[in-house]
Amino acid sequence: MAQVPVEHGLILAAMLFALGLVGVLARRNLIFILLSLEVMLNAAGLAFVVAGSRWLQPDGQILFLFILAAAAAEVSIGLALVLLFQRRHPSLSVDDASGMRG
Amino acid sequence: MLSLLWLVPAFPLAGFLVLTLLGGRRLTHAATTWIGVGSVGLSALLTMLIGVEFLAVPPAGSVFVQTLWTWMNVGKLNLAVAFRLDSLSLTMIFVVTFVGFLIHLYSAEHMAEDEAYNRFFACMNLFVAAMLVLVLADNLALLYLGWEGVGLCSFLLIGFWYREEANCRAARKAFLVTRVGDTAFAIGLFLLYTDLGTLQIQPLLQGAAAKWGVGSGIAVAAAALLLAGAVGKSAQLPLQVWLPDAMAGPTPVSALIHAATMVTAGVYLIARMNAIFALAPAVMAVTAAIGTATLLLAGMSALVQRDIKRVLAYSTMSQVGYMFLALGAGAWSAAIFHFWTHAFFKALLFLGAGVVITAMEEDHDIFHMGGLRSRMPLAFWTFLIGAASLSALPLVTAGFYSKDKILWDVFSSPRGGAVLWAAGVAGALLTALYTFRVVFRVFFGAPSSRVTESSPLKQPGLRIAIPLLVLAVFSIGAGFVELPGTLGNIPAFSNFLMGSLPPLLVSGMPGNEVILQIVAAAAVLLGLALAYVVFLRRPDWSAKLAQSPAGDTLGKFLFSGWGFDWAYERLFIHPYVRLSQLNKADVFDRLMDRLVARPYAALARFNRNDFFDRFVGWIAEFNAAVARALRTLQSGYVRWYAAGIVMGAIILIASAVLR
Repeated sequence: MAQVPVEHGLILAAMLFALGLVGVLARRNLIFILLSLEVMLNAAGLAFVVAGSRWLQPDGQILFLFILAAAAAEVSIGLALVLLFQRRHPSLSVDDASGMRG
Repeated sequence: MLSLLWLVPAFPLAGFLVLTLLGGRRLTHAATTWIGVGSVGLSALLTMLIGVEFLAVPPAGSVFVQTLWTWMNVGKLNLAVAFRLDSLSLTMIFVVTFVGFLIHLYSAEHMAEDEAYNRFFACMNLFVAAMLVLVLADNLALLYLGWEGVGLCSFLLIGFWYREEANCRAARKAFLVTRVGDTAFAIGLFLLYTDLGTLQIQPLLQGAAAKWGVGSGIAVAAAALLLAGAVGKSAQLPLQVWLPDAMAGPTPVSALIHAATMVTAGVYLIARMNAIFALAPAVMAVTAAIGTATLLLAGMSALVQRDIKRVLAYSTMSQVGYMFLALGAGAWSAAIFHFWTHAFFKALLFLGAGVVITAMEEDHDIFHMGGLRSRMPLAFWTFLIGAASLSALPLVTAGFYSKDKILWDVFSSPRGGAVLWAAGVAGALLTALYTFRVVFRVFFGAPSSRVTESSPLKQPGLRIAIPLLVLAVFSIGAGFVELPGTLGNIPAFSNFLMGSLPPLLVSGMPGNEVILQIVAAAAVLLGLALAYVVFLRRPDWSAKLAQSPAGDTLGKFLFSGWGFDWAYERLFIHPYVRLSQLNKADVFDRLMDRLVARPYAALARFNRNDFFDRFVGWIAEFNAAVARALRTLQSGYVRWYAAGIVMGAIILIASAVLR
C-alpha cells in the first residue's frame, strides 16, 4: 500500500480546519456553526491520525476515538441548546442572541 | 475555711451590687438594712472564722495566697486577681470588717431618717469591699485598684448630702488633694515595674533588696513616691488639708473612712513595702519628720476647734502622725499596733459624737453643748472611755499600750532618738489636753440653754448602743494583747506580726524603759489636769487668753489649721484662677487661630477652584474613557468572540513559531 506523504495529510487537515473556522465565523445559522465545529474537530482528528501513521504509533488513532466521544457529547448538548434557542427566538441566527452587549 | 477568703470582699461587693441595681424604690427600708448591714456582718463573721483557723492551724509559712483568676496578661506583665492573707492583712481585714460591721449597724439607726438611705449603704458596702481588696491584694496593681476605690467612695460619701454646695466642695477637695498623692504613687508603681519587672509584692520586695543598694538613688526615688501616695491618703503634711473638711459627710462615714480605715491605708502601704523603705534611710527620716510635724501641728489645731467633728478629725491626723513616726523609726509593728487600737477608740469617739450631734439637732459646736453627762449617760460613759484611750490614760486603756510602744520603740531605734521621743511625749500632752477639752465642754459644766430647751434629748436605741458598748470594750481591752517589757512583757501582737513585718532594730544603748514610761504617763496626766483646770474649773482663764490680742491671733491661726488652706489658695488656686481669667480673652484660642486656622483658610482659598477635586476627577474620567473603549469589545455577537479567540490563538502560535 502506497504511503501517503505526511505533508499531504497535514495540508488536507489544515484546509479542513480553515474551512470549519470560516464556517464558524461567517455562518449565522446555529446548526451550521455546529456543523463547522464538527469539521474543525475532525480536521484536528485527521492531523492526529496522520501524525500517528508517520511515526507508526497507535496513539493518534486512540486520541481520535477520544475526540469522537467528546464531539458526540458536544453535539448532544449543542443540539439541546439549539432547541432551547429556537423556543426563545424566532430564528436560529446567533446574532439575535446579543442581549449581553456591553 | 481559708479557701473562702475570696468571699470576705465578695459579700460587701455583692451587697453594693444588689443595693445599686435594685435601687431604693424596689427595696423596702428593712430589706436595705438587712442587705447593707448583713453583707458586712457576714464578712466580719467569716473573717473571724478565718482568723481563728489562721491562729489555730497556721498555713505553711504563715501565708495563704489565693489566686482567683488572671486579670491581665500582656507581654511580661502578668497580673492575677490574687489575695494574700498573712498576719498583717489579717489584722487589717479584721479591723475593716469588724469595726465596719459595727459602724454599719450604727448607721442603720443613725441614718434611718435619711431619704437616700439606700445610696448610703450602697456606697458604704462598696467602700468596705474596696478597702478589703486594698489590704488583701497580692500585687500592687490590685492594691491600687482598691486604693482608688476607697478614694472614690470617700468622695461619694463626703458629698453624700450633695444639695449643699459646701459638702460638694469638701468632696472635691478631698478627691483632688489625695489625687496629688495618688499620682505620685502611680509613678512609683511605674518606676518599680520598669526596674524590677514585676508588680507582685513579695518578688518585688525581694528583687529590690537583691538589686538595689542601701541609699541608692532609685530606692530613694521609689520610696519617696510611695511615701507621697501614703501622705496624701493618710492626711499627713503637706497634704493634710482635706481631712478636716471631709467631716462634711455623715458621722458614720467619718468614723469608718476618715478615722478607722481609709486614712490608715498609707500606714498599711508603708508597712507592706517596708523592705523598700529600709533601703532608703533618708526617706525613713522624712517619714518620721512628717509624722512628728503632723502630730504636733494637728494636735495644736485640735485645741482650738469648735466643731466636735473637726476636733476628732485633727486628732485623727495627729494619731496617724504617730503611726508615721513609728514607721519612720522602723517600728513597723508598733505602727500597726497603734492602727489597731486607734481604729476602735476613734470609731467609738466619732459614733459617740454622732449621738451627741443628733441629740443637739445637728449642732456641731461644742460651746453650744454642756452638762450632757447626766442626760445622756450611755453616750457619756462610752465617749469617756474613747477619750481616755485616745489620751493614752496609763495602764487601763488600749491607747496607752500602743502609744507607749511607739514611744519606746522610737526612743530605742537608731533611726529614732530622744528628740523624736520628746516630740511624741509633747504630742501625748496635747492629745490629753484637747481630748478632755471636748469631754469637759460637752458633758460637764452647766447645761447650756440649747440643752435645756431641746429636752427631751433624743436617746440612742439598741442599734446604736451595741456598737458603742462593743467598741468601748475594745478601746479598753485591745491593748492587752501587747504588754511592754516593764509590765509583764507579753509581746503577743508583735510576735504575731513577725511573720510579715521585720522586727525593730535596737541601738546599742537602751534607755530606762520605766523612767520613760513614767515621763510619758506624767505628760498625759498633766494634760488631763491642765484641761480640768483651764476648761472646767476656771473657764474664764481660757476665755481671757482667747480674747487677748496675741491669743486671738494665735487662736485664729491654729483654728485655720496653720494657714495651709490660706497658703495653698494663694500658691495654687489663685494663680490658676488668674491664669484662666487671663485666658478669658482667649489667648490660646487666638494662638491656635494664627497657627492652624489661618494657614488652613489660605490653603482652602488656593483650592477654591477645586484643584484637588479636579485632579481626582481626571482620574475618574480617564477610567470612564477606558471603560467606554473596552465596552465595544463586549459586542454580544458570539462570532466576534470566536474571532477573538482565533486572533489570540494566531498571535500565540505566531509568537511561538517566529521567535
